[in-house]
Amino acid sequence: MKESVRMIVVLTLVGLLSGGVLVYANNLTAPKIAQVREQNLKAAIYQVLPDVDSFKQSGENVYECFDKDGNLTGYALQAAGTGYQGTIKMIVGVDASRQKMTGILVLEQVETPGMGAKIAAPEFMDQFKGLTTSRNIEYVKNQKPETDYQIQAITGATVSSRSVVNIINNEVQGWLKTK
Amino acid sequence: MAENKVTLWYDFAKGLWDESPTFRQLLGMCPTLAVTNIAINGLAMGLATSFVLICSSVVVSMVRSLVPAGVRIPVYVVIIATFVTLADMFMAGNFPVISKALGPYVPLIVVNCIILGRAEAFASRNNVGRSFIDALGMGVGFSLALTVLGSVRELLGNGSVFGARILGSWFEPWVIMILPGGAFITLGLMIGGINMLRNRKKKPAPACEV
Repeated sequence: MKESVRMIVVLTLVGLLSGGVLVYANNLTAPKIAQVREQNLKAAIYQVLPDVDSFKQSGENVYECFDKDGNLTGYALQAAGTGYQGTIKMIVGVDASRQKMTGILVLEQVETPGMGAKIAAPEFMDQFKGLTTSRNIEYVKNQKPETDYQIQAITGATVSSRSVVNIINNEVQGWLKTK
Repeated sequence: MAENKVTLWYDFAKGLWDESPTFRQLLGMCPTLAVTNIAINGLAMGLATSFVLICSSVVVSMVRSLVPAGVRIPVYVVIIATFVTLADMFMAGNFPVISKALGPYVPLIVVNCIILGRAEAFASRNNVGRSFIDALGMGVGFSLALTVLGSVRELLGNGSVFGARILGSWFEPWVIMILPGGAFITLGLMIGGINMLRNRKKKPAPACEV
């Protein structure tokens, strides 16, 4: 009986002590972690939209972006979906008139290195600059895109390329409908 | 005194070679295989694990006489989990890129058998000083193994080590090496190579015994 009381006391004390230490450490590190997240988001938005000075969240996945004088310069949409091997997370820039994409940036992906992972390479992402938002984007294989709603899929990584296109179409078209 | 020094040196050095957690004990295989696609990830994982290993070994050794045998494993696990959470928070705040690359494998240090193994097999039976040295040796051994593994895979799979390009543009990267398969191939060959070295050294001994 005595032994079991001792067990309970010791384990409870260890648990309380551990909890206390972690609360203290969390208070110290939480602001830093939040700051890192904020910085990552900022850096990403600056890459997909030109001349952004400030931005504010206006929807679940939408950020309104403003230039130095406070004029609306465009929108940054956070988009995510399933790729070939796992989740692909992106940010898509759309201009203030909501007619054109200003760029995309792949934030997270676990596609095959050397193949699907090329969706995060500038050569692929730059293709989305200036595409229209008036209709769904399409991909073409083994030829140069001819219109402003086409991109060229990565050779040997059609699934990854298609995933990116689908994720963007879902997010952008869904968002345009709500407005 | 001299004897004491020898013991301490042995406590440290056994983690590097004779009882290397990766190559001899084959413990902690999950992070070993999963995060060593490039050298820096291997090193970071090794250092994070070493931090947890050293801190928890010291604390376990300090409280070893106070903890009733019946609840010693839960107590060790709480101690280990505390240090893992600390390491996770620290890395997320200060090294976000590496923290992201290691992903779920940092919280999973909790279930790394090396740490609970050293707590149970060594720290709970020895004084704080020896437990510290033992954990340090195991930590260095683990970090070293992961860094070497990561370097080999990065060199063959990407032509670079620690991000610095070593093989020129003539080199066609073996993509398999930075994929999961490359981890098994590299680790298997390294363990085989080390066993071969050890067997070669041992050969004269059995001849005398017979």
